[in-house]
Amino acid sequence: MANFIVTRILQSAAVMFFVALICFCLFRYVGDPIVNMVGQETTIEDMEALRQSLGLDKPVLVQFAHFIAGALQGEFGISYRLQRPVSELIAERLPATLELVFVSAIIALTLGISGGLLTGIKRNAWYSRLVLALSLVGVSLPTFVVGILLIYLFAVTLNWLPSFGRGQVVDIGWWSTGLLTVSGWKAIILPAVTLALYQTTLILRIVRAEMLEVRRTDFIKFAWARGLAPRSVYFNHALRNTLIPVITVTGLQIGSLIAFSIITETVFQWPGMGSLFIHAVQFADVPVMAAYLVLVALFFVLINLIVDLLYFAVDPRLRMSAGH
Amino acid sequence: MLMKPETEVGSHRHLLTSVRRVLDSDVAHSFFASPATVLAALVTLLFVFMAVFAPVLTSYTPFNPSTLDLMDSFIPPVWDANGDPSHLLGTDDQGRDVLAAIMYGTRISLIVGLCSVLLSLLIGVPLGIVSGYFGGWIDSVVMRIADIQLTIPPILIALMIDGVTRTVLAGNLHETAAIPVLILSIGIASWPQYARVVRSGTLVERNKDYIAAAHMAQSPPYRIMIGHILPNVIGPTLVIATIGVAVAIIIEATLSFLGVGVPPTSPSLGTLIRIGNDYVFSGEWWISLFPCLALVMLVLAVNLIGDWLRDTFNPKLR
Amino acid sequence: MTVLSIERLRIEFPLRRQVLVAVDDISLEINAGEILGIVGESGAGKSLTGASLIGLLEPPGQVSSGQIRLNGRDITNLTQRELRKIRGKQIGAIFQDPLTSLNPLLTIGRQLTETLNAHLKLQQSEAKERAIDMLREVGIPAPEQRMSSYPHELSGGMRQRVVIALALCCNPELIVADEPTTALDVSVQAQIILLLKKLCLKQGTAVMLVTHDLGVIAEAADRVAVMYSGRLVEIGPVGDIVENPIHPYTKGLMGSIPVIGAHKHRLAGIEGAMPRLDDRPHGCAFHPRCSHATELCRSQQPKLTAIESSERKSACHYNDEGKFR
Repeated sequence: MANFIVTRILQSAAVMFFVALICFCLFRYVGDPIVNMVGQETTIEDMEALRQSLGLDKPVLVQFAHFIAGALQGEFGISYRLQRPVSELIAERLPATLELVFVSAIIALTLGISGGLLTGIKRNAWYSRLVLALSLVGVSLPTFVVGILLIYLFAVTLNWLPSFGRGQVVDIGWWSTGLLTVSGWKAIILPAVTLALYQTTLILRIVRAEMLEVRRTDFIKFAWARGLAPRSVYFNHALRNTLIPVITVTGLQIGSLIAFSIITETVFQWPGMGSLFIHAVQFADVPVMAAYLVLVALFFVLINLIVDLLYFAVDPRLRMSAGH
Repeated sequence: MLMKPETEVGSHRHLLTSVRRVLDSDVAHSFFASPATVLAALVTLLFVFMAVFAPVLTSYTPFNPSTLDLMDSFIPPVWDANGDPSHLLGTDDQGRDVLAAIMYGTRISLIVGLCSVLLSLLIGVPLGIVSGYFGGWIDSVVMRIADIQLTIPPILIALMIDGVTRTVLAGNLHETAAIPVLILSIGIASWPQYARVVRSGTLVERNKDYIAAAHMAQSPPYRIMIGHILPNVIGPTLVIATIGVAVAIIIEATLSFLGVGVPPTSPSLGTLIRIGNDYVFSGEWWISLFPCLALVMLVLAVNLIGDWLRDTFNPKLR
Repeated sequence: MTVLSIERLRIEFPLRRQVLVAVDDISLEINAGEILGIVGESGAGKSLTGASLIGLLEPPGQVSSGQIRLNGRDITNLTQRELRKIRGKQIGAIFQDPLTSLNPLLTIGRQLTETLNAHLKLQQSEAKERAIDMLREVGIPAPEQRMSSYPHELSGGMRQRVVIALALCCNPELIVADEPTTALDVSVQAQIILLLKKLCLKQGTAVMLVTHDLGVIAEAADRVAVMYSGRLVEIGPVGDIVENPIHPYTKGLMGSIPVIGAHKHRLAGIEGAMPRLDDRPHGCAFHPRCSHATELCRSQQPKLTAIESSERKSACHYNDEGKFR
């Protein structure tokens, strides 16, 4: 098992290296970083001086090593657009995005798993068909459309909830949280629901599909034949055996939440990393794009590692084959 | 069940019986037994019709600024007291007829959706067949790239590609090249799932007797891959591609909504929603809502057809 | 004493275009301590007959008519709740593949105790003790340690022993064993059959042993019922049927009786294949494959009739001449 974990960590490191390489190439070869950094009236001598001070005149390999070293310390240079260190910008906006993703993940997991169980167990009941039909509508509704509709309904028409911003935030060290104030919770409801909806439907569908699949297996039939109660058959036997694929997909979906938060944050003007990134794309602000990409890749890699560890917790067959 | 080879087609009677057989088949039955699917097919046809014949169906030219009159701006839909019968769904801030804009917008959305899926297929299918057929290091490399790419949502990849081309291309050039760039971004972002399906299909086909026979007959690999394997693996791929079109339309709309897709000079449904979104608060809800509805209806219809195709031709995935 | 009695059982699959009759007009009885073998080709309806006893027919399959009685009580149309009290408690089931019958994610002990707890009011420690006893009973070495093992840590034969322990742990009156040895190694098959036989004799359990392996039947069964295309064609004591079959189909089956486990020769010797459910011929379903078929066989379905001066029944128009052919 330790072997397996070491292998996975090495693989993750390889993926991160690969992503860093892409980001470096972006930074180095997409446009001239110096021209992007300085104003129109800077002299060529000044630009050369800047080039030297940034080490951009050194061999590419040295530059890459420099880039990696910087990235490891969280340094990604200066934003072209805002003329501030990228690390500062990210640190300001990270809490907003992570809180949004956290709340949506909880919503998506709770609704997705319980809905999937319900529709998988009572597959022909009217409410299962209804939930399934709604889930297809959910997959067909682009995130931003959901956001607009929710804003129109709850913010513009009913005036119950705010349509933009995080509400009042409280600073705990460098982390600013909106989860400690009423206005913060009110502000997070609409964006979190918007962000969770698509993932909920995907999780629901995978749980349902796996439940239907596992219900056909011999050991479920045998469990019925032993006269076990439905509760025991569904939860102790069926659900447990759906967990591996469900964990895999759910892990990916939570990773996707971070990416999809770009859209939600734009619709709700949520001051997170997603809106930072979308402005970076619009203004070709390469250092911010690169930093965002590395960060998102890091989240994906971490989630994958956690998913791998969860496999061991769930499946004794893996524990054994890896232990011997 | 998928396709029964017709051994004798030719005479009129045979054609009639085969038509009857198709109508009487399980596939046709399951199609007509599902009212939602029939409705979805009709809605899809309606949208395609609207997109193709937009210039005939409406006299407005919302993409041409010189025909617009700001005096016509912000007219509400026709059932509103201030509505104007010549603008059924009202007009936007520029005085564009919303219905006409939707028709032309659907056109762009459909073009981008279809072309990007086509591009994904063009990349994914050959890669899938080659890696399934040859295996070895080609397989490892292709599938590892596909694995990594599959963990990242296509929308993020498309955003990155779009961002990079935006930086590389100068301002004006980017505007004119927006649609090809969009197709390229979405196409590259979505190839891995097709490669995977095709690869697993190829792995199954490769071990069948007729392939061994073709080997024995000294058929070159490319001929085996194109002539024998491709026809057998393309069915399930096309089923997935149907749902892929819906996904591509959503991605296009999202990118355009985020302001990095189709420019406002030739808006797609996503761009129209973006434009309208600025007026939701001031009460001009129709500018945004009708394109939203059109987009959702179109995507839902395509998804329903895709779902039905998948359930019918590959019940195991149900 | 009769434990199970089935009367004119009919199982149907209502489909969109037609109703398929998978099992038709089956009547049989099993006494306490008796093993009744049911043989036939796959698709003959023998597994469905077994599944119908515990209400585990896969939809849309259903018992459309007939009666199933367990110790005189009609259990044909019980609700799921009532059936649950019977499954595992009064009727135990053993399925074909021990590799897939056990939940891979739960320990052996957990699966045993949960079955015991579902039916008997036991303390946790009592349930555990009984589970260990049961494992010892089915011949699993070091049962205390095996309690915390997962299925994948045991061999196929050991797993089937666990399945038998699970089926027998609540002292059922009847065991339905559906191909209990088919998935096992040849060397293990005989052991499992002997174990099943021994335990059932000891507890006085009736057994319905569904299999297509004539070797298993010859080894284990007291009586045999032969099924063909959803119907009984012959039923009687195992010695008579094996040595002196009457129905032409049974004769074909017994053409060469293989040693236990020798799969290759099974059911050899009859030309053709069993008709599909939606394509049954008129008259006797076996006539297209029968070398003695006459006009009568093609037009009229034979009834299962008792053979004089024996405990057998056979469904052939030419039962009497059969002996001499």
